[in-house]
Amino acid sequence: MKRRFETRALAGAAAATFLAGAAQAQTLDETINSVFATSTGWFVTFIFSNFPGTSFPWIVGWLVIAASVFTVYFGFIQFRVLGHSIALVKGDYSDPKDAGEVSHFQALATALSGTVGLGNIAGVAVAVSIGGPGATFWMILAGLLGMASKFTECTLGVKYRNEYPDGTVSGGPMYYLTKGFAERGMPGGKVLAVLFAVFCILGSFGGGNMFQANQAHQQLSGVLGEYPGWITGVIFAAIVFIVIVGGIKSIARVTEKVVPFMAVLYCGAALVIIVMNIGNIGWAFGQIFAGAFTEMGIAGGAVGALIQGFRRAAFSNEAGVGSAAIAHSAVRTKEPITEGFVSLLEPFIDTVVICTMTALVIIFTQQLVIDPETGLYVMNEATGRIATVGDTSGVGLTSAAFGSAFSWFPYLLVVAVVLFAFSTMISWSYYGLKAWTYLFGEGKAQELIFKLLFCCFVIVGAAASLGPVIDFSDAAIFAMAVVNIIGLYVLMPIVKREVESYLSRLKSGEIRKFT
Amino acid sequence: MAEAIVAAYDGSAAARRAVDHALALAKARGAPLVVAHVLEWSPYSFLTPEEIAERHKRRSEEITRAQSAVLAPLVAELSGRGIEVETVIRYGHVAETLCEIASEHGAGQIVIGRTGHSTLASRIFGSVAGSLAQMAPVPCTIVP
Repeated sequence: MKRRFETRALAGAAAATFLAGAAQAQTLDETINSVFATSTGWFVTFIFSNFPGTSFPWIVGWLVIAASVFTVYFGFIQFRVLGHSIALVKGDYSDPKDAGEVSHFQALATALSGTVGLGNIAGVAVAVSIGGPGATFWMILAGLLGMASKFTECTLGVKYRNEYPDGTVSGGPMYYLTKGFAERGMPGGKVLAVLFAVFCILGSFGGGNMFQANQAHQQLSGVLGEYPGWITGVIFAAIVFIVIVGGIKSIARVTEKVVPFMAVLYCGAALVIIVMNIGNIGWAFGQIFAGAFTEMGIAGGAVGALIQGFRRAAFSNEAGVGSAAIAHSAVRTKEPITEGFVSLLEPFIDTVVICTMTALVIIFTQQLVIDPETGLYVMNEATGRIATVGDTSGVGLTSAAFGSAFSWFPYLLVVAVVLFAFSTMISWSYYGLKAWTYLFGEGKAQELIFKLLFCCFVIVGAAASLGPVIDFSDAAIFAMAVVNIIGLYVLMPIVKREVESYLSRLKSGEIRKFT
Repeated sequence: MAEAIVAAYDGSAAARRAVDHALALAKARGAPLVVAHVLEWSPYSFLTPEEIAERHKRRSEEITRAQSAVLAPLVAELSGRGIEVETVIRYGHVAETLCEIASEHGAGQIVIGRTGHSTLASRIFGSVAGSLAQMAPVPCTIVP
């Protein structure tokens, strides 16, 4: 009875906020923002609730424990097969007769363009501005451990994919949860698969869409001057609509081609800035290690750094989330495990290389304000973050850090952000679509409904403010991980059998290089 | 029997001239003719997720189309000429793949057509005939 009353009070409060807002003649952006925040709050609160009696979100523990379990269970597979993974991507083991089919390189590049996105630019800035430099350490560790999670899920994605008579394939956690559980004689696979699909759709609207639109708008308005978010939203939605509904692949293909160059350019610029500030190297790494294990005036101390580092790493490389299993499942290979080997490069490139570059640039260029007397970081009480030179966060902070070395860089970053955002949206529209058709069946009408919804969320994302969007995006993506990782625990013995068989055949020379 | 002659054929008029030239050579020498159709493909190109999912299907469609629309009419036409004609369809870098086909068939010569007009792109990156002339393991005839 009491609970019921609370719910009602909450609904009442939400309605009141909404009405009050309307009465004050809010702008469109503010209205979208408040409706969005009130309607998604409960979900966010649940996902980010702490372990009882601690201030540690259970979901972060869930991801890290899983990544560590897979790392140990497969005997540090991510370090043992790294060389072989690179050989696979180069195509040394590809049968020339299969030319014209999807290569390992293409599967990896496409999956990467889905994950290399704003998480690498904006997400890292958020992590460092809340968790301090120490977050970098935990982020790299999470990236290295995440390689094992990614390996497990992508192997399963290929192994249990559906191949249709017309030659197209559908794969991903939905399929290995149902088929794999059935094979092991376990109940509940279907329930988990449906849950995963639901969360995947939410994730595709959140992190794969609204967060991207939101940050792209922030970046555009920073350069072009303030203007309402819904304008960016409508323009973005129109372009996304042209690509995913209109089937104009050429736009997507251009982005797919430009994104890797942007990523290389971004890392190159970051390296140049680090070299320019090389004098700070000892200090910077001192800050990273000290911050990873000690206080330093950061909210939550070392634990705060750890939470932020792990959280942003997971959001950026999506290891354990299950999205990559959808992307990787279309590769042509007789050995599902080879795609697992290839996919483990993804968290490495995404987190250990690109995210770290962003973090180092922010730290090396000393964007975070330090109190000269105490040597501790100055907290900005209003925002709950460390005060920064230009008082910025998200993309703004990264932009300021790069801009302090190259005044023209913020303009290039706008282009990079828009392209990264766009390619991530295209990838996630596909992941969401696969989950949607899993739930509602394959068919043109079902696909169209999803694609139209997806375009609507682009507008919402661009108009809402960062806080509620980032919370909802994280929550939806982590909810996918909850379901997916349960499945990975159940199915990991199957992957182990595959690894052992493959590695022994590789050693005996049964699996050989072509050429 | 004399070494085979490989003729590159993509259905264009220039390629047709190359085939005719190769045919005359083959006849004169009593050599078998290998008509090769290479579909430009790089395993390092970038595709969207949707293209990746449909790739296997598209590939079989492309091969069927190449077989029926490009090679079959030519083979039908050449069938009465008293020459042994084999056809090959491959994916890959065009010049490199033609060289591979030549080595596999133990061919003594490769014949390829050229379009005649040089675009800006081919000036910068080179044309198929140009790169083939550079890398062919056997004598290479470029038919204008």
